[in-house]
Amino acid sequence: MTDVHELALTVNGVPRTLRVPARRLLSDALRHDLGLTGTHVGCEHGVCGACTVLVDGRPVRSCLLFAVSVDGSSVTTVEGCCEPDGSLGPVQQAFWDCHGLQCGFCTPGFVTTITAYLDENPEPTAEEAREAIAGNLCRCTGYQNIVASVLRAAEIRREARV
Amino acid sequence: MSTRTMGEPIARREDPRLLSGQGHYLDDIGHTALAAAFVRSPHAHAQIVDIDVTDALDVDGLMAIYTHDDLPDRLAEPLPLLIPHPSLTHGRTPYALAKDEVNHVGEAIVMVVAADRYLAEDACDRIRVEYEVLPPVVGIAAAREASRLVHEDVPGNIAATMVQENGDAAAALAASPRVLELDLEVERSASTPLEGKGVYARWDPADASLRVYSSTQASTSVRAALAAKLGLPPNRVEVVAPDVGGGFGVKIVHPWPEEVLVSWAAITLSREVKWTEDRREHFVSSAHERSQVHHVRVGFDDDGHLLGLEVSFWHDNGAYTPYGIIVPIVTATQLLGPYKPAAYRVEFQSLYTNTVLVTPYRGAGRPQGCFVMERVMDAIAAELGFDRAEVRERNFIQPDEMPYDHGLIFQDGRPLIYDSGDYPATLRKLKKLVGWDEFGVYREQARAEGRRVGIGIACYVEGTGVGPYEGGWVKVETDGSVVVATGLTTQGQGHQTAFAQVAADILGVQLDRVSVVTGDTRRFGYAVGTFASRALVMSGNAIAAAARKVRDKALRIAGDALEADPRDLEIIDGVVQVRGVPTSAIPLSTVAVLSNPLRYAFDTESARATQFALPADPDKPPVPEGEQPGLEATGYYSPPRATFANGMHAVVVETDPDTAEIRIVRYCVVHDCGTLVNPRIVEGQVHGGVAQGVGGALYERMVYDDDGQLLNASFMDFLMPYSTEVPTIETDHLETPSPLNPLGIKGAGEAGVIPGMAVFASAISDAEGFPITRMPISPSELFHLRRAHEEATNR
Repeated sequence: MTDVHELALTVNGVPRTLRVPARRLLSDALRHDLGLTGTHVGCEHGVCGACTVLVDGRPVRSCLLFAVSVDGSSVTTVEGCCEPDGSLGPVQQAFWDCHGLQCGFCTPGFVTTITAYLDENPEPTAEEAREAIAGNLCRCTGYQNIVASVLRAAEIRREARV
Repeated sequence: MSTRTMGEPIARREDPRLLSGQGHYLDDIGHTALAAAFVRSPHAHAQIVDIDVTDALDVDGLMAIYTHDDLPDRLAEPLPLLIPHPSLTHGRTPYALAKDEVNHVGEAIVMVVAADRYLAEDACDRIRVEYEVLPPVVGIAAAREASRLVHEDVPGNIAATMVQENGDAAAALAASPRVLELDLEVERSASTPLEGKGVYARWDPADASLRVYSSTQASTSVRAALAAKLGLPPNRVEVVAPDVGGGFGVKIVHPWPEEVLVSWAAITLSREVKWTEDRREHFVSSAHERSQVHHVRVGFDDDGHLLGLEVSFWHDNGAYTPYGIIVPIVTATQLLGPYKPAAYRVEFQSLYTNTVLVTPYRGAGRPQGCFVMERVMDAIAAELGFDRAEVRERNFIQPDEMPYDHGLIFQDGRPLIYDSGDYPATLRKLKKLVGWDEFGVYREQARAEGRRVGIGIACYVEGTGVGPYEGGWVKVETDGSVVVATGLTTQGQGHQTAFAQVAADILGVQLDRVSVVTGDTRRFGYAVGTFASRALVMSGNAIAAAARKVRDKALRIAGDALEADPRDLEIIDGVVQVRGVPTSAIPLSTVAVLSNPLRYAFDTESARATQFALPADPDKPPVPEGEQPGLEATGYYSPPRATFANGMHAVVVETDPDTAEIRIVRYCVVHDCGTLVNPRIVEGQVHGGVAQGVGGALYERMVYDDDGQLLNASFMDFLMPYSTEVPTIETDHLETPSPLNPLGIKGAGEAGVIPGMAVFASAISDAEGFPITRMPISPSELFHLRRAHEEATNR
């Protein structure tokens, strides 16, 4: 494994360079090379969604991508879903308000997924909210409060715009 | 008191950290550590003939390869049998690395340590293990047949046989006007927390001490086990449970092979070593639960009263029994639920199979017991043509019969005595919530439209908060903040919030002044662990005991300072004051300063405690006899026996007449866990439990083939429910305080999952018109059952 590739990408708005082997997963590069451990790895086969990050604004499973394949892209992790001053962003605040998390391990993948979803559909119905999170697994909450969190996040975003 | 928070739905204080990606789960720490990876058995049953590591030796970054031959002393012996029991006559535990033989797919054989996980797995891929494959024992039928043995020295594959009885069930059955027999079966499922297991070990050679981080539910006991296995004095070993990404039972087992091996490698190599379990490893090398086959004989009268109940069941314990026979004991005892059969006999056999070992998964034998008992209730109702809720009500233990002694021994070795509960009231609430009495009309309307709908009901009682004990330590710092520590661990239950609420209310301080440490042996060394819905019952009461001592001490010291009788003092928002005289007051921070007589001042506040500042009686010692410096105390809570929570669920389902798909229309829960400390957290626990109940009833099963291969060892094929599979849950609470503990609380962690299989079986049976006897149930299974039922009816 001597083939090391250099790549340049923007992570949470900050330009970063990385030297990684071709087989290095994006999830590992974020977590272990860049120290952004908010992105979690729950299954390593793209099903649970805990590792979801936004690549150029779109949610992707970072455990299914090689880091080299996002060279030149802009990546947003759960850390990047906070406000510039470090306080909780709208989706994070909504999870806090609605008890949308318990152990918190799957939560970063939900936060990134919902952040992208609300950009697309800022005013979801309860049914749409449930559908929006249907690609992520949570073993603790039974999803009810996550659905509520999606709706609450939409509300917070609306309030912020007014 | 102005600061009271007990009983309030306080938002969790741990959340901002976890939500912003600042949590520290096991794999989030130790980035510079070496990585361990394992060669695991691809066979369910085999002799190990040879292990050839030659090809692995030139892998870049390889540090070490270990097999059983390399393990010293006690590390080479089998892992401990954690819970011995006289009935467990043939307990067997695995070796940390397999010695000569493997007994399930996934059993660890070789440990590789390398610079990173990629390289460690490269080396694993190059290690050749030669096997002599043996025929495996898979499933309860094969285990009972015993034409093959899992362990050569365990006849009949029987790890344990246990009988418990109360009264003469055989005679009661013989005398019963009516008798029914049922065969009921439950398949395997598993905890499957989103974070698997993991361990990270650091050896400090200069200090001759080991620090281990483990994603565990029992850090103090991991410490004890590691010290014993590694031959270290316990005080040279510290174990920390960092943020843990869910447990649900599987992480109460310890020491896992990886916990001892990674710790040993860290010492041997004098380097930091870490292992993070991947998802496939979790499926094939952690633990499963639930698989049991039951045969029931029940005798009852024409009014539906239970006269005699005989249950025989067979429990699949997998390849080893490190956690003893807790799960089948829980089934055997908790099966009775809120009912009081006049006579009861239960017998089980715990059987070895060449599959992943079986240890408690949330509910821990109760979901099976509840399924059995509730199927019995529905069968009696069907036989007599009675309303199903009515039959249940007729057999309830009544509130005025509490405490109720079942005449059995529970999983903690103590008598099975229910402390409290109001089952008729719980049922009334549930019937109202779901509209039980009106459902018949709806069912007929739906049927007229060609739709099949059914309603199910299931009741359970859950022994929670088993001993032996937990402890708590509470300290008021000199800045007025409060630190709380308890030894048991946290996997998402909101302990930072609930434990803080307990301490804040007793001490009269604002909640945000209290911080909580759990699962860190450096901070609190005596503990049992987080399991059996016990954390708040046990540590909550222990922390309360400690906080009361601190409060008493604070009032004594403040009384001296204010020249007032401590009985006239109160603490409001962190200030001790004479009741009704707010001007005569002293902040707790100052009381903390005064509690620790000083010689040296380091700031103006501490100067108040120095020897020339304090008014002192020259004839008395500065620290009064029998007291200690500091505004802190330790308390313990050790209950005589468990406290019993209860609940009842109802579900409305609609089954597709063509495809047999099962749709959940409504799901209602009434739950009584005694006094609620934080209703928001309790509600969340119930939601999560119900979701696991839905999974266990309709989706989740471990599919082993005849060769002992787990065919669905991924989240792609093991169908854990997504949001689209879990209904909106309607809840109502009852609060029947436990008389056993000062806070009156009962556990809530497992409740939601317990009646899942039972309530769905009840509802689907109601929709379909024939009894469901095996769970989980898929649409294709229901489809075939329908066919079989139609053929039988038409014949």
